[in-house]
This record gives sequence, structure tokens and C-alpha cells, in this order.
Amino acid sequence: MMRLEPRTAPSPLLIYGAPVLAAVISLVLAAIPLLAAGVNVFQAYGVMISGALGSQFALTEVVARATPLILTGLAAAIAFRAKLFNIGAEGQLYIGALAAVAIGSGRFDGPAPLMILGICIAGAVAGALMMLGPTVLKVKLGADEVVTTLLLNFIVALFVQMMIEGPMKDPMSMGWPQSEPILDSATLPKLIDKTRVHAGLIIAILAAIGTEILMRRTVPGFRIRAVGASPAAARFAGMSVTKTMLLVGALSGAFAGLAGVGEVAGLKGYLTNDLSPGYGYAGIVVAMLAGLSPIGVIAAAFFVAAVFVGADSMSRAMTVSSYIANLIVALGLLSVLLSGVLTRYRIRWSLPARGRAS
Amino acid sequence: MTDENPVVLELRGITKRFGPLVANEAIDLVMRKGEILALLGENGAGKTTLMNILFGHYVADEGGVFVADGAGALQPLPPGSPRAALDAGIGMVHQHFALAENLTVLDNITLGTEPLFRLSRANSAARAKLAGLMQRSGLKIDLDAQVSQLSVGERQRIEILKALYRDARILVLDEPTAVLTPQESDGLFETLRSLAAHGLSVVFISHKLHEVVSGSDRVAVLRGGRKVAEIPTRGSDKAQLAELMVGRAVSRSKREPRAPGAPVLILADVSVGGANIRQRLENVSMTVREGEIVGIAGVSGNGQAALANLLSGLVTPSAGTLSLGGKVMSLCDPQEFVAAGVGRIPEDRHHEGAVGSMTIAENIALETIRSRRFQRFGFLKFGAIRARAEEAIKAYDIRCPGPDAPIRQLSGGNMQKAILARALDDAPRLILANQPTRGLDVGAVAEVHRRLLLARERGAAIVLITEDLDELFELSDRVAVMFRSRLTDSFASADLDLKTLGLMMAGHDNEAA
Amino acid sequence: MASVFDILLTVSFWAAAVRIATPLIFGVLGALLCEKSGVLNLGIEGIMTVGAMSGWLAVYAGADLWTGVVVAAFMGALFGLLLSFFTVTLGLSQHVSGLGVTMLATSAAYFTYRVILPNVDTPPRIVPFQPLDIPVLSSIPFLGPVLFQQTALTLLAFVLVGVLAWFLAKTPLGLAVRAVGENPSAVEAQGLNVLWLRTGAVVAGSAIMAIGGAFLTMSAFDAFFFEMVAGRGWICIALTVFASWKPGKALFAAILFGAFDAFQVRLQQVVGAFLPSQIFLMIPYILSIVALVVWSRRASYPKALMIPYVRGQR
Repeated sequence: MMRLEPRTAPSPLLIYGAPVLAAVISLVLAAIPLLAAGVNVFQAYGVMISGALGSQFALTEVVARATPLILTGLAAAIAFRAKLFNIGAEGQLYIGALAAVAIGSGRFDGPAPLMILGICIAGAVAGALMMLGPTVLKVKLGADEVVTTLLLNFIVALFVQMMIEGPMKDPMSMGWPQSEPILDSATLPKLIDKTRVHAGLIIAILAAIGTEILMRRTVPGFRIRAVGASPAAARFAGMSVTKTMLLVGALSGAFAGLAGVGEVAGLKGYLTNDLSPGYGYAGIVVAMLAGLSPIGVIAAAFFVAAVFVGADSMSRAMTVSSYIANLIVALGLLSVLLSGVLTRYRIRWSLPARGRAS
Repeated sequence: MTDENPVVLELRGITKRFGPLVANEAIDLVMRKGEILALLGENGAGKTTLMNILFGHYVADEGGVFVADGAGALQPLPPGSPRAALDAGIGMVHQHFALAENLTVLDNITLGTEPLFRLSRANSAARAKLAGLMQRSGLKIDLDAQVSQLSVGERQRIEILKALYRDARILVLDEPTAVLTPQESDGLFETLRSLAAHGLSVVFISHKLHEVVSGSDRVAVLRGGRKVAEIPTRGSDKAQLAELMVGRAVSRSKREPRAPGAPVLILADVSVGGANIRQRLENVSMTVREGEIVGIAGVSGNGQAALANLLSGLVTPSAGTLSLGGKVMSLCDPQEFVAAGVGRIPEDRHHEGAVGSMTIAENIALETIRSRRFQRFGFLKFGAIRARAEEAIKAYDIRCPGPDAPIRQLSGGNMQKAILARALDDAPRLILANQPTRGLDVGAVAEVHRRLLLARERGAAIVLITEDLDELFELSDRVAVMFRSRLTDSFASADLDLKTLGLMMAGHDNEAA
Repeated sequence: MASVFDILLTVSFWAAAVRIATPLIFGVLGALLCEKSGVLNLGIEGIMTVGAMSGWLAVYAGADLWTGVVVAAFMGALFGLLLSFFTVTLGLSQHVSGLGVTMLATSAAYFTYRVILPNVDTPPRIVPFQPLDIPVLSSIPFLGPVLFQQTALTLLAFVLVGVLAWFLAKTPLGLAVRAVGENPSAVEAQGLNVLWLRTGAVVAGSAIMAIGGAFLTMSAFDAFFFEMVAGRGWICIALTVFASWKPGKALFAAILFGAFDAFQVRLQQVVGAFLPSQIFLMIPYILSIVALVVWSRRASYPKALMIPYVRGQR
């Protein structure tokens, strides 16, 4: 029989070691599908590591991919802290991108700082509104937010498709379904020339630091922590659970919306229906790996980005399906849950106890 | 006479540790056929742990349980298996009833009694057997009723029937009278007597001396996880048992007579809407004055929760007015109530009283975090929050690793002290104490009582909602009873006896007054 | 506009509604069984994907159709076992574990497909289940073609509704499953094993969901496409609430939903010239949200849903 005994106080080593352990477990488990695909596992991981970290190009690519992941990771982290399971970051990201395109592709023009501020606000507000709906349905009507946000992802995907095939379609796109391009004045500047690293990274890191300060040092953060850990006690103490949830929902959606702004205005330049390869869902893994710590999200996002970049080049080099990246990330999520158990509990194995004779 | 009856159950050298805590230490216990054994001890003495080991919820670290088989020979009981305990003829009535509320009484009773992999259930045979059992035991219940519709007393009947239906030879009851009216308690003990006369062995866990003295044949006293005495009930008295149970003389605070002052809380025909009587209040009127404690008694689930929510500021009256110190509170909100000088001690400290994963300091500041004292421009003043907690830890003698420890690490008594510090320290005008001593050991109970009486002395008006009738009489100047969402008039506690109170709790109008 | 509503009276419309409903019937029944035992199975989307892929693959590799169904059910059960290890044995968050299982199952299915068929552009086909022609029943006017000229899997879904309803209401095991979703302490106090009951329900429920997925590749279509489950799993979770955890109502909910979906397709043909097609495609998802929202308030959830049970803690 296996028994779990709660630990009274987990050591710091366990707390900080757990995500590392989770990463290792997921990579070990990912060897199984690789073996099944008939690949030399050691070689594959070698290619993966060098593909992610082995060149300047690879490193900048990791940074570029980490940028949206930090923001979607924050979206999940702050929501999960309040036990608001926002799984709709993917949809909120697209809505944010759509709002950025709506503002930044020629309808208005002005000086660059103003335009960039404008599209950021538009994207954040759009994402926030997108998440406020499910939040209201949860707190007022008890509708499970996981299901509503997941279903909204499909609705948003269709809506985006409709817009880029219809009203927002670029007449110059030779028939491809894509939006008109973002104006130069609204484009996020590159941080490093000739790479894909753009100013969205700064926004993302500032957002993470801001969230960390909010959660630890301010009254609203205090409320979010209390409501997340024990809604009944928070309510008894006079905190409005509804208001707190709405705040969390808005912030969470805004972060995901900003991720969309960054992708469309920092990288792609126009909106297509393949803007995000699942950054919204991967953000959940990032947040869990970070133990829902906003600062931790930065590191976790870089790790997950490295897995994506490394697995991509591995799949190209070894001709394995690129779905290996999603597989590793999914294994990562389950491994985090497992390693979390190890930090909170001691596992005791005991033989089935037998009655003792007198 | 019972001493000659055959032994049906024996516990030998039971030891159980939870981490550093020794819950049971080398406990031996023998049960004979047809006797009623009381397991007496204060909260935390290890009674429930011992019975959970007997029933297989826990596994003992040392020692074993032996049950007589059909031929009367003692056989070891496989540990850690409720199934084995049931098969050996042990039935347990948990303090928090183990019933599935949305299923019928019959479903609850037959659950797990027949082989699982059958194409249909043998309901008619079950009904026939239960009809006979109800006839013999006098425990009547509608088998097709949904449990959620039934009262606490009826639910307890289901629990006992569940055990009898499984042909239990040994019945264990954990604090069976905790939620019953005095009359219902008397009825329960009559039933247990007659069952014992038919050969059932009964163990009941209690910390109430009077029911131990009147209801048992033999008493085993547990203290600090050890069995400190085992004596025949006949010939023992309450004082002796009390001393055995506590192990020292407990200084009890005494309520000094005191003339009440001006009214602090006035409820005038207050109604609160709700789906059931638990959440509803109907035309409740009450006045509580400075320097008096008004006790609210009643069988649980009769609207006490609604009254507590009202006085905590969690619900707003749908009709009638609530005034505090002469000011009508039209829009109720916990923050407003705290600001208006209401100190609130919630019923369930783990659920409503504290955020387990947050620190002691954060929990003490929980209600007033928005005050100037603890924040500036929305940023928390950690120094002030910590200093406040350190004061409270000293003043209330909260045993803890420090103000930054998560509050869930504290024992029940220390957690309650932290909540007292939060509720009482700003000299509130009105105090709501909802089951303030539930689950606490004697020392902590005495401390809570002392603090409440001090507040009364200072001139606070106190509403005490309690199911513990000893506490009710000890602390209250006046007593009112909640029944089906209504509150009776209040009576001076000195003029009230247990019998009258019991009748009021059962909904009979008080003719005595 | 009259022509739009004439559609509602045609046999082909209702036959399509039942066809669309079939995977949802399996999905809702599976989700319902899990939830009755107290476990919200958010692995459903991934489990249906695995069912769709593995059932199809087995047939593609030469097995007969029914073996394919069994393979799909088995693979679903396997992922159900994984989910129950996380949610029941370890008592972890059912939300996060379920999503993890969905992500894992989906990517595992896609990866496996790509490993076996690395370079195909047009998905290879199999010969799927064919519509039956049951002698007497099929010739009942209207109902015959709607209900009985479907494939064998649709009939299996109907049968399963009855079996599950009877199982939950009438058998001792069904009672135990219902009780464990209401109050696991009560179940343990009666000597039953909470862990096994919940694990069993989740594994069985997952197997049923996976058959729903298999219907897509082995009856509705004849090949496997990426993203083909397209949120049907999440729709099933919403419909479970709408069906108030009753198998009979689940059948009703799924067919009602199927009717809306079929209507949407036909409406698109009639007025599609004026409105973008995406508007119509959104309808099923919007309906699911509406169903969930309207019924969440009045639903009486299994009391212990999403609450992990830890022995010796009450």
C-alpha cells in the first residue's frame, strides 16, 4: 500500500527543486515516444539542446517565443491563484491581437509611442473583457469557467477567421485570409536587430514584476490571495469575492490580450489564424511550472520556449513529428503535478498490514 | 452481573502517533456482551482516534483489536479495514453522520450490504428486515425519504439502523448527543438501554459527565492519549470523573451579577430570506444591552446560521430593522459591522475564521487590512501587520512558531485565540460568539470563557450561539431559543431549567414562563 | 422563411440530427458516469481524440471494425486510469489534471499518427460502419429511417443509455457509484473502497467517451484528421450539466443539440449567401455555453464533485 503523509514544512530545496525535477521527469518520459518512433534518444536530446541553446539564432528564438509565454503564463498564474481556472488565454490572445490590428492598421495614425500605447491598451482591454464574461457567469451563476473559456476559444477562432476573411481582410493579400498590416508607427521596435526579439519582452517582464509586487505587497494582492485560498474566510472578513474575482479575471484576460498584441505588432505584422501555436494552453504549463509565482513565470516561460525551439529543430533534424514538442509540454504539466505531491507529502510504502496474533 | 457476560471485544496495547503527537498510548480495553461503556475524555484526549482505529479508519502503530467470533473465541481484527470491522459485527455512528444526503434512507442503509456485482438490488427483503428492526428497536423512519429532508435526530436513527441492519454486535457512537435536545438525548439512551438488554454492546464517546453517569454501566477515562481510569459507573460521581478527565482542578470563571446598560443591538421583526429554515429568519426580535450575554440555544439547523450571518454583516434583512447603538444598519456588510464595533467569532474557524495558508499575522489583520494602520496608498505595511500580531501573540498567549507561520499549523485552541485577538482587541460594542468553544480542550474553553466574561465586564453586549448547554447556562444572563427560523422571547437563565429549555428547543411553547 | 422550417419536418434532417448526436451521447454518458462518482473528467477532449485515432488506426492496420471499437475503448480506459491516478489516488486538482490528460492524449494521438504515417497529404481511408437496415423497425414511418437506419454505433449509443440508466438506478454497484459522488465518507463507513469505486467509474466513463471519438473516424467519416474532435468533449461537459446527470436526459440533450447543429448546416445553405459561414459554425459552441449557464444555477451537482477524498480526513 502507498500512503501519503503531509509534510509540515517543505524545505526550500524541495520547493525550488520541484520544478527542476518536473522538467527532468517530463524529458525522461518523452524518451518513450521517441524510442517508439525509432530515434536514438541521446542523439535526439543532444540535437534538442543545441537546437535551443547552441547558437545565437537559437537563443534569440527562445527569447522571442518566451515573450508571449510569459504573458499567457501570468494570465494563468494570477487566475489560478484565485482558483479562477482561465483556460481561455488562447482566445483572449487572439482577441487582443484583433483589437491591436483594429486600432493599429490605419484607422488611426500618430506618433509611435502613442500608437504603441494605444494598441497595448486596446489589446489588454479586449482580453480583459473576453475573460470578464466567464468570470461573471462563474460568480453569479455558477457556470464552470473551464468549460466556458474553452468553448469561447472555439468561438473566438471562428470570429477571427470571419474578420480576416471579411471586414478586416487585407485587399492586397492575394486572397489569403489575413488582416491589413500594422502601421510602422504601431509596430513594437526590435530589441536586437535582425532577430525576432522585440519590445514585447520588456512589456512581459514588467508585467511579471508588477504582478509579483501586486500579489505580495498590496491590498488587492492580499485580497486575491485570501479569496483564492479560502473564499469563505475572505467573505467573512468582509472582502467581496465577486469584486476580487472580476479584478483577477480582468487582469488575467488583459495579460493574454497583451500577448496577442506582442505577437501581431512585434513579430508577424498582420493577423492570421495561425498567429499562436497554442501559447494560451502552454501558458498553463508555464504557470504550473512556476508554482504560480509571477516572477517564476519568467524562468518557466524560457524553459518551455526552449523546449519548443529545441524540439522543433530536433524534429526537423531527426524527421520526427513536431508534435513531440506538445507531447513534452503536456508531460511537463503532469510532471509538475507529480513533483508537487512530492514536496507536500512524504510517500510511505507499507506492506498490507496483518493482524498480529496474541 | 455484566461482569460475567462473555467478552466480545478487546483492545490490546493500542498506540497511535501522528508525527510527534501521541494520540493513543498503550490503551487496553475490554467490552462484554450487553453492557454500555462510556469513553470519557475531553477534546483531544484520544477518544475518537481510538474508535477510528477500532473501526479501521486508522491503523494503530502498535497493538491490536480482537473480536469474538461466533463461537466466542477472540480473533484478531485485520487493521485498517472498515469492511473487516463491519463483518466482525462492529457498527459505528460517526459524530458527523456518514450519510449521502441526496439518496433515500433505504439507499443509505443498504449501501454496501449486498454483493456489488448483481443485476438488481434486493430491496423488498431489505424492507422486510428493516420493518422488523424498527418494530423491535422503536427507531421509526420513512425508508423512502431523502436524507436531506430529515432532521438531525432522524439522521441519527438512520445511522443506528444502518449498524443494526448489518447485525452489529458492538455499536460505537461518537458524541451522540452533541446535536440533540435534552429530550432527544434521553430518548436515545432509552433506546440504547433496550438494545443492550437484547445483547448489543454499546460504546459511546462523551465529554458530558451527566450523560456518562446516567447512561453507562462502566466508564473508561482517557486523558492525554492514555487510559487513566476504568471504573463501574455505579458508585462514581461527577466530581470524581471530572477530576479524572481533566487531571487537575480547572479554575472556572464565574459570571458576576451585573446590571445591564443601554441597548446595543436591537432586532425589530427582522426577516431574512433563504431556501430552507437553516438559512432563513422569520420576524426575529431581540435586544441585547451593554454588559449582558444573551445565549441562543436550539437544535442545529433551525436558523442559527442565518442569525449568525445577520450579526456578522453577511446578509441584509429582507424585512425589519437591525440597529447598532441606535443607528439602523440598512446595508449590511462585514466591513461596516467591524467598523461599527462588532467583534465576530465565526462558527467554523477553519472554514470562515482563518485562511489556512496565510500567516498568523495576515490572518489577524484580515478584517482591517484596508485601515490606515495596515496600508498606505494600497501598499501593505508589513511592520505594522507583524507588530500587531506580536502583540496579540503575547496578550493572548498564542503558542506558535512566530507571526509568519501559516495559521493552519496551529492547534484548534491557539487558532481560536488568534481569532479572539482579532475579534476582541478593538473593544467591540457587540460581540457575536458562534459556537466559540466547539472542539477545544478544557484549558482553551476556560480561556475563551474568561475572555468573553471580561468583555461583558467591560460593557460589551454579547450574543452567544451555542449547542453546549453547560456553556449556555454558565455564561448567559438571558437565554432565547431558535426553532424553525423563529426566535423565542428570552428568559433569565436563572429561571430556566433543562427540561423547559428542552421543550422550547423541540418547539413547544414555553408555558413555564 | 417557411422553407427553413419545413426542414424540421424532413426525415433526412432528423436522421442527420441523430448522426451528429451520436458521439455526444457517448461523450455525455461517459462524463456523467465519471461525475456521478465525483470526478470531473476534463480529459474528455483528449480521450475522444485518442479514441478517434486508435480505433481508426486499428482498422487501417487490418482489424475488423468492432475490434477497432474495442481498441478505442481500451485506449480511452488507459487514459482514464491515468486521470484517476492523479485525481483519485493523489487527490490533485481535477481541473488541472484533466487538462493535462487532454493535452497529453491529444499530442500522443497526433504524434502516433505522424510516426506511423509520416508523409501522407490526403488521410488514408477505411471502410466505415454502414447504415443498418433492421427488418421491421426500419420500415416504421419517420422513426424508422431516423432511428434505425443509422450505423451500429448509433444503436450501441441508444442501448448504452438504457444500460447506464438501469445500472445507476437498479444495481448495488450503481448505488455505490452514486453514493461515492455524494459522500465518500458514507461509502467508506459502509465498508466499500472509495478509491476503487471512483477509479472504476472514471476508467469505464473514459472508455465510453473514447467510443464517441471512434464514431467520428469509423462511422461519421472514414479517416482521421487533426483537430477533428473540435471541442465536442467540452460540449459534452456542458451538456452533462444540461442533462442533470440523468442518462435519459443526456440522450435528449444530445439529440436536441444535434438538431440545432443540423439545422444550422441547413440554414447556412438557405441564407448562407447573406451571412459569413463562421456565424453558423459558432452556434453549437454558443448553445453549449447557454445550456451550461442556464442550467448551472438549478442543477443539483453530485455533492462531492471535484472534492478529492483523503482517507482518515473528514
